[in-house]
Amino acid sequence: MTYIAKPKLHHPGLKPNKLGFTHRDYEGSISTLCAGCGHDSISAALIQAAYELDLEPYRVAKMSGIGCSSKTPDYFLGNAHGFNSVHGRMPSVLTGANLANRDLIYLGVSGDGDSASIGLGQFAHCVRRGVNMVYICENNGVYGLTKGQFSATADKGSRSKTAVNSDNPIDLVSLALVLGATFVARSFSGDKKQLVPLLKAAIAHQGSAVLDVISPCVQFNNNPQSTKSYDFVREHNEAVNRLDFIEGRSPITADYEPGTVQVVQQHDGSFLKLSKLHADYDPTDRAGAMAYLQARHAAGEVVTGLLYLEEQADDLHAGLNTTATPLNKLTERELCPGSAKLAALNDEYR
Amino acid sequence: MQPISAVNDFVVKFANVNGSGSASANELFARAILRMGVPVCSRNIFPSNIQGLPTWYEVRVSGEGWLGRRGETADLVVAMNPQTWNKDVDSIEAGGYLLYDSTKPLTTQKLRPDVNLLGVPLTSLSNQIEGTIPRERQLLKNVITLGAAAQLLSMHLEIIEALIADQFKGKDKLIKLNYRAMQLGYDYAAANLAGKCRLKVEKADKVGDRIFIQGNDAAGLGAVYGGATVCAWYPITPSTSLAEAFTAHCKTFRVDPVTKKNNFAIVQAEDEIAAIGMVIGANWNGARGFTATSGPGISLMQEFFGLAYFAEVPAVVFDIQRGGPSTGMPTRTQQSDILLAAYASHGDTKHVLLFPEDPREAFEFAAEAFDLAERLQTPVFVMMDLDIGMNDWLCKPLTWDDSRKYDRGKIVTAEELEAGKFFGRYTDVDGDAIPYRTLPATHPSKGAYFTRGSSRNAMAKYSEEGADYVYNMQRLLRKLETAKGLVPAPVRRDAKEKTRYGAIYFGSTTPAMDEALAVLEKHGIHLNTLRLRAFPFGEEVVDFVQAHDQVFVVEQNRDAQMQKLMVNECALDPARFISILHYDGTPITARFITQAIAERMKVTHKEAAE
Repeated sequence: MTYIAKPKLHHPGLKPNKLGFTHRDYEGSISTLCAGCGHDSISAALIQAAYELDLEPYRVAKMSGIGCSSKTPDYFLGNAHGFNSVHGRMPSVLTGANLANRDLIYLGVSGDGDSASIGLGQFAHCVRRGVNMVYICENNGVYGLTKGQFSATADKGSRSKTAVNSDNPIDLVSLALVLGATFVARSFSGDKKQLVPLLKAAIAHQGSAVLDVISPCVQFNNNPQSTKSYDFVREHNEAVNRLDFIEGRSPITADYEPGTVQVVQQHDGSFLKLSKLHADYDPTDRAGAMAYLQARHAAGEVVTGLLYLEEQADDLHAGLNTTATPLNKLTERELCPGSAKLAALNDEYR
Repeated sequence: MQPISAVNDFVVKFANVNGSGSASANELFARAILRMGVPVCSRNIFPSNIQGLPTWYEVRVSGEGWLGRRGETADLVVAMNPQTWNKDVDSIEAGGYLLYDSTKPLTTQKLRPDVNLLGVPLTSLSNQIEGTIPRERQLLKNVITLGAAAQLLSMHLEIIEALIADQFKGKDKLIKLNYRAMQLGYDYAAANLAGKCRLKVEKADKVGDRIFIQGNDAAGLGAVYGGATVCAWYPITPSTSLAEAFTAHCKTFRVDPVTKKNNFAIVQAEDEIAAIGMVIGANWNGARGFTATSGPGISLMQEFFGLAYFAEVPAVVFDIQRGGPSTGMPTRTQQSDILLAAYASHGDTKHVLLFPEDPREAFEFAAEAFDLAERLQTPVFVMMDLDIGMNDWLCKPLTWDDSRKYDRGKIVTAEELEAGKFFGRYTDVDGDAIPYRTLPATHPSKGAYFTRGSSRNAMAKYSEEGADYVYNMQRLLRKLETAKGLVPAPVRRDAKEKTRYGAIYFGSTTPAMDEALAVLEKHGIHLNTLRLRAFPFGEEVVDFVQAHDQVFVVEQNRDAQMQKLMVNECALDPARFISILHYDGTPITARFITQAIAERMKVTHKEAAE
């Protein structure tokens, strides 16, 4: 971590985006995480994604639980409200916030302890409800803040400095697929080129988007026998596709070699251009994605990329038939039935 | 033994088997008496079970208007459950009556020489109803019983017929079947039991414009009127019907007439922890959200209560108390979550609690709770119980003042931020210890802050500095002082004669207490009373206790929780208090309170004489 606060000066050379914001406008407080922490790379990718998407930072609600990963929302989008809640319970707080105002962008930042152990239930139910959010699990396989205990995503046989993990891992990506997430991806904090477009596509997605981002813990789980180390993931990373995120509704006219590029459009009109790295991988086939993941995991590979996308996804509010106006904007006029109706109702109780 | 003679002053107890369809017939019985202008108090005593276990429905007919349970006994028992026959027979007052199915002769069953038998061949009568299947005949037995009881108690048949017509509106076949069953019972009693029962319901004008409503229903409606838009809940007896009532009332009142879209969002959560998490998330984001739960749910939510208290996020929680600890008695009533709720969470916490006395106050406090939660930026607990929540109570009609505006508390707007208004999230600007908050997405570059359950300074920046922590904790204490002036004040009632004795009570104890005080007064025992309506306690509580030598505290729990809370929070001398505790899971009765206080006064007077 660095102790020197960056001055809040705008370098004249910084390029503004369409809204006139520069990178600096998407930053937050100085990170207090360890130097080299994967989580800081994810924060940087988020800043990059929000900048490139021309997001108004204050339209984002940053939600997190407890742990190293859950501290990070303080380190990006400083003009957005954040909520560092309790361990493993961010999904419920995010759900409630989303119920109150469906118009904001909800960014849930969590870790593997938060999501796969104490909060596995909340993770599952939040996803199955189709809450419109980007749920990022910054996955390092260990509890960093309590100094290196294995988490539930650690692979069986994985070694830390002092112990061997003998339990089976929970794969949040497979779970997300089973639970009906409409956007499922895995990436690596060390691969910003892959991560930034995935984040942009996930933010544009109008449904439950889950991103599992392997994010090595330099302090406690970056040793050679760990399957969540920089070296291991670099060596075993099997990307199924490369994504380009294209905003707006202008149709894509360029020709691509058949079988190598897949173009999909999301609910909000944005286009995703997927360069296929594995010719047989179809990211719109949920069952196929699950089978593929299982097979490659058995072969010791870490599959990354956009693994599943339901192009025309619905969210929780569709099921609830909620009014288009955010509930937190409704007033007495819409909410209170008034005394005359109450007088009539009294009669029904006589 | 002289048979009991009584007009508009007796107790009827229906002993049933749950799942046998007795509930609606029983309720018809109570409503019919109300329509005759005679007040009733009805209590449903039921097991944690769906079918086959004993359940009782007690109707107290009280021309004098006493609305609490009289005692454990009844004047007329309708014994429909062989499992509980002996216990039911034992519960009849000497000279009382036993209505039973006389299709088969009584042989081995327990009987009492001082109890009058009213045999009605319910099973064989039900077999006379043409075109029915056995299940229907089983259900109709309850209506035959109703018909017989109506005749024996001189009730007006046409009133019950009108109620049946209302209940089964549009289902002519059912109306006909029910009429037929009722007539069978009525005619049998008229022909065979004439003059045998000297209990009588006589038309009166004692009900007025009062309504008959369950507390959970009223509280759910109060949440609608109070502007709640988000409800997150998890099924648990006895709170489930509150969330269901909110849902039903929202469907009536909150669907946009043009777009057909819902001006509300109700989520059945995966557990109570998620339910309160959603409520906190919704309130943080500026919507009025609540959950309804019971003791086990409150236990599970503890960590979140600490967060909401410390991070100062509004939340409304309805605790419909039941018998604890653990699974305890899920379908029985208690007031035993008081300390749990008052100090919910680890660390130093104190919460605002409201104690409604009946469904009407449940409606009022429900709406009020949202104003208080937002004004104070803290969780507010509406402490009800199964007795209020799940029984129909006779109470004053619900009212609403149309000029009333929701108090959304201290929220800084975009315009104020733009104009340069100072915003420091945890700063005490006004001296009332309540800080200002901004809602997410208020302003593009001003007013954003980070909400956290870890310590922070007055500007909401993470801080482990002792001074920052202490500042906030002290301010939270002072905020509770502000709360004292905002919560409903206790209601004091002084005895007709000057007395050194006082009594404190709250919640569902009220109707039984009202009666007990009247009876005690007749016996020359005078008590000034204070009905608590909220925690934190104001000066009124301290003054009341200090103004009396001895103060009875009537509660429905084992540990005298409210008394302990008063001793603890108001630095009062424990020796001033005398606990009157009722906690067997049944609603407290007037006789219990009367006897307990009278006995204690006897001892006290004797001690004084010596």
